[in-house]
Amino acid sequence: MLKGVSAVFKRELAAYFATPLATVFLVIFLFAMGAFTFYMGGFYTNGQANLAVFFSFHPWLYLFLIPAISMRLWAEERKSGTIELLLTLPIPLAASVIGKFLAAWVFAGIALVLTFPIWITVNYLGSPDNGVILASYIGSWLMAGGYLAIGSAVSAGTSNQVIAFVVSVVISFLFTIAGAPLVIDGLSAVLPLELLGTISSFSFLTHFNAIMAGVIDLRDLVFFGTLIAFFLFVTAVLVDLRKAG
Amino acid sequence: MAMIEIDGLAKSFGPVAAVRGVSLSVDKGEVLGFLGPNGAGKSTTMKMLTGFLSPSAGRASICGHDVQTDPLPAQSVLGYLPEGAPAYGDMTPRGFLSFCARVRGLKGEAAKSAIARVVARTELARVLDQPIETLSKGFKRRVGLAQAILHDPPVLVMDEPTDGLDPNQKHVVRELIREMSPQKAIIVSTHILEEVAAICTRALIIDRGRVVADGPIADGRIAFRTSPETGAPGELIADARDLDDVFRALTARPAAAA
Repeated sequence: MLKGVSAVFKRELAAYFATPLATVFLVIFLFAMGAFTFYMGGFYTNGQANLAVFFSFHPWLYLFLIPAISMRLWAEERKSGTIELLLTLPIPLAASVIGKFLAAWVFAGIALVLTFPIWITVNYLGSPDNGVILASYIGSWLMAGGYLAIGSAVSAGTSNQVIAFVVSVVISFLFTIAGAPLVIDGLSAVLPLELLGTISSFSFLTHFNAIMAGVIDLRDLVFFGTLIAFFLFVTAVLVDLRKAG
Repeated sequence: MAMIEIDGLAKSFGPVAAVRGVSLSVDKGEVLGFLGPNGAGKSTTMKMLTGFLSPSAGRASICGHDVQTDPLPAQSVLGYLPEGAPAYGDMTPRGFLSFCARVRGLKGEAAKSAIARVVARTELARVLDQPIETLSKGFKRRVGLAQAILHDPPVLVMDEPTDGLDPNQKHVVRELIREMSPQKAIIVSTHILEEVAAICTRALIIDRGRVVADGPIADGRIAFRTSPETGAPGELIADARDLDDVFRALTARPAAAA
């Protein structure tokens, strides 16, 4: 199992850097992060030595950028036929699913780590609470994992990367805003209160905002952990279903 | 027990029955030529044997390991060249073979020597560090072949291994199969019938999802046992060079019926 995870992980991670995908993604990711933080977020003018503005844009950037990573995970294998190779090598299916996910997650982590100049900037300009910043980084990475797991499951259901991208964005959007007033107010007319609570508890924003406050609560960890495990399970089921033709 | 056992394997895709009860077994030392018109169910049978597709009915086992219930041990002793020889295009043959070695549990020196051995046998040295997607069809096929024999498996399943190769390369691959055959159980699907006479010890013809003829090849002669539905007599002895005619007689049908 571990041998399979590690082999698939290494192959996948290397694949990101073997193509222009890694460079293009990283450049756009960092450029977008900078643009949102400095221009739209008014990082300099709001006069606060923290990275709240920077992190507050993460869910919205992930919404479009993470499906761009995850769309290829399984759809590309199916399109190019390599899935037949992957599934006939002695690798447990779970190992392939986890290996691919981990590679994508580490890649997202690399993109996140490369935003470090903004952390240096804020420390140069003032004295921010670096504990809060660290918690926010960890929370952001967990959230990226959630989006990736959703994207992995969607990618397993199609051989078309464009479909995988669009459907992932839509599902990710629903998970992002599940707790927003827009959704809750609209649903409050038709759904009982307890159900509304359940729906809003699936919101990425709610959980990420909680972490951004500087406390990594066990509940938030459990939420993202369970969500990732659930969607990876769905991924495996979808890949296995295709075997039945 | 034979190294490859297929028993009553069937596969339907929705209403379409692609394979309708194929049974066969292949022993060590045998090279089975798996023949049939396009769409007869050759590749589907191979995909089920190798664990890529789940059968609708029947079972398959490799070296005694059931492919459905015990896939990993079965796949560990299997080398498989899928149809079209898929490989990760962004990798180099070196990277790809290293990945396969890692998956097969070959490490360090063992991996190195295994890769060196298959690179020499499939003559890949010249392109070892070029991305696979930039390689010619012949090289791509040989990368797939190298992957299949990397771990020196006792069972080899190859779907059209010589498709897209030039006559010289075809010769190399046939020699390779011939050399390996005494120690292994091999299934080769092909449309090139003279190839069957050259390398196979047995030929099997499949048509519309069923086995219609099966028989050993010895001294250039094939002794087919044919199924009743072909309309041919139960025994059919033919010169291997006439396999073309036999193939057409058994599988061709009037345009109206087809």
